[in-house]
Amino acid sequence: METGIVFAGFGGQGILLAGKVLARAAMEEGFEVTWLPSYGPEMRGGTANCTVVIADEPVGSPIVDTPWILVAMNGPSLERFSPRVAKGGLIIVNASLVSQKVERADVRILLIPLNDIAQELGEPRCANMVALGATVRGLGLFSLDPVLVAMEEELGTRGREKLVEVNRQALLRGYSFLNALR
Amino acid sequence: MKVLMRGNEAMAEAAIRAGCRCYFCYPITPQGELVEYMARHLPRHGGVFLQAESEVAAINMVYGAAAAGARTMTSSSSPGISLKMEGISYLAGARLPAVIVNVMRAGPGLGNIAPAQGDYFQATKGGGHGDYRLIVLAPSTVQEAAELVMLAFDLSDRYRVPAMILADGMLGQMMEPVELPEPILPQMIPPKPWALTGAKDRAPNVVSSFDLDPYRFREILRALWEIYREIERNEVRWEEYETGDAELVLVAYGTMGRICRTVVRQARREGLRVGLFRPITLWPFPSEPLRELSHRVPVLLTVELSAGQMWEDVRLAVEGRAKTPFYGELGGVVPTPDEILSEVKRYVRG
Repeated sequence: METGIVFAGFGGQGILLAGKVLARAAMEEGFEVTWLPSYGPEMRGGTANCTVVIADEPVGSPIVDTPWILVAMNGPSLERFSPRVAKGGLIIVNASLVSQKVERADVRILLIPLNDIAQELGEPRCANMVALGATVRGLGLFSLDPVLVAMEEELGTRGREKLVEVNRQALLRGYSFLNALR
Repeated sequence: MKVLMRGNEAMAEAAIRAGCRCYFCYPITPQGELVEYMARHLPRHGGVFLQAESEVAAINMVYGAAAAGARTMTSSSSPGISLKMEGISYLAGARLPAVIVNVMRAGPGLGNIAPAQGDYFQATKGGGHGDYRLIVLAPSTVQEAAELVMLAFDLSDRYRVPAMILADGMLGQMMEPVELPEPILPQMIPPKPWALTGAKDRAPNVVSSFDLDPYRFREILRALWEIYREIERNEVRWEEYETGDAELVLVAYGTMGRICRTVVRQARREGLRVGLFRPITLWPFPSEPLRELSHRVPVLLTVELSAGQMWEDVRLAVEGRAKTPFYGELGGVVPTPDEILSEVKRYVRG
């Protein structure tokens, strides 16, 4: 088993953090895991993406050609990565920011108004955790519990303890969203 | 306890745990996190972090700290390492132990910041001027990167030969779970009676790479090459994976080594008898074990993120006993396991 997950969006949307929390949870669950960011002259508002590979054997390449799950936090990310998603895979689309249709009939598509949910929860920055909650559910490898712990540890060490509760809500909302699947 | 860390961070932490207390650098992508980590953590351990005015300055600060007996390190990426080469030659000539980390990116020239393995020649065949070698270690996982940094300090001190960690942008940037090695105690670092520590109550020590008398300098170099021969006898390291019954063995190091491991697993699932030979020390190169392998394996396929540099050492070791084809990518492009497997299938059938 080797599963690739790509998180992609604007810089500042918490793309790298969402991937890191997932990688950390997978590690705690005993999986082999790699996390690889896009790197270089990146800036806030530019594009950002990261790839997480979760496997039960040592991971060879941390680069994934055909991810099983794509989280597209904005339109350009959807255009760039959706053709590469594996057949039968899952695309989670941020319906708050993405208006274009996904031109794939052979994958599952989950439209979630990530930013609207985050706004509702009172913290616009937690859209990434709503997406991560849905990703964990779609992945089906482990429960949300290790993800909640990993999120808490990630935020706790960055002096953002006060954000833990709202991010917990965000993860739970995302996790419960899979019934919207079409 | 396993922690999730970037390769760059794990190498920095391992250096601190190896007793490195003097780190000099000049920033460059894709090894920036190593600099950041050192800036944040080294002062807490009573160490010196110094961002120099240039790469040339940084390597010469390493020279100074090493001459004073400190465990010292610098890190950079390909173009920055080129700038450090003069100083590295001086370190080698003066018999000074130091660790240099090269998180390779694509070249030549400014190239780009994507992972590549085009600095193999530079690392293993000289790079700087003169008759010298570096101990060159090539990690393929974040775990191994941490372990090899610890080893680099030990080997460098033991032989008084500078050691280089040859990593690449992928290994530097990626995070993986790592079990960090235990920190060494200061008393575990062997004494350095040759160091410049103030000549109170003893004759002055001299640290230099300079001798105008060719006959005297020849003797210095002969002694140095005795040390190199000793390193070749004692310190060759490599890993073999599924080579026992292999009809084809992939030869790859670092990032390509780990990707080729996946290729071997995929090939085996399809019934192809494929193995992997992964050099861990690039110098000294594992020529002997590769030579032995070439007596029973008909094809040794070298795979690199370069136009074929280690390939030359493979061919020198094999001396025509087996087929030695090459597959490589250029410019920072990383081949997928599938692409390599297609290449493998040109030589073996299930």
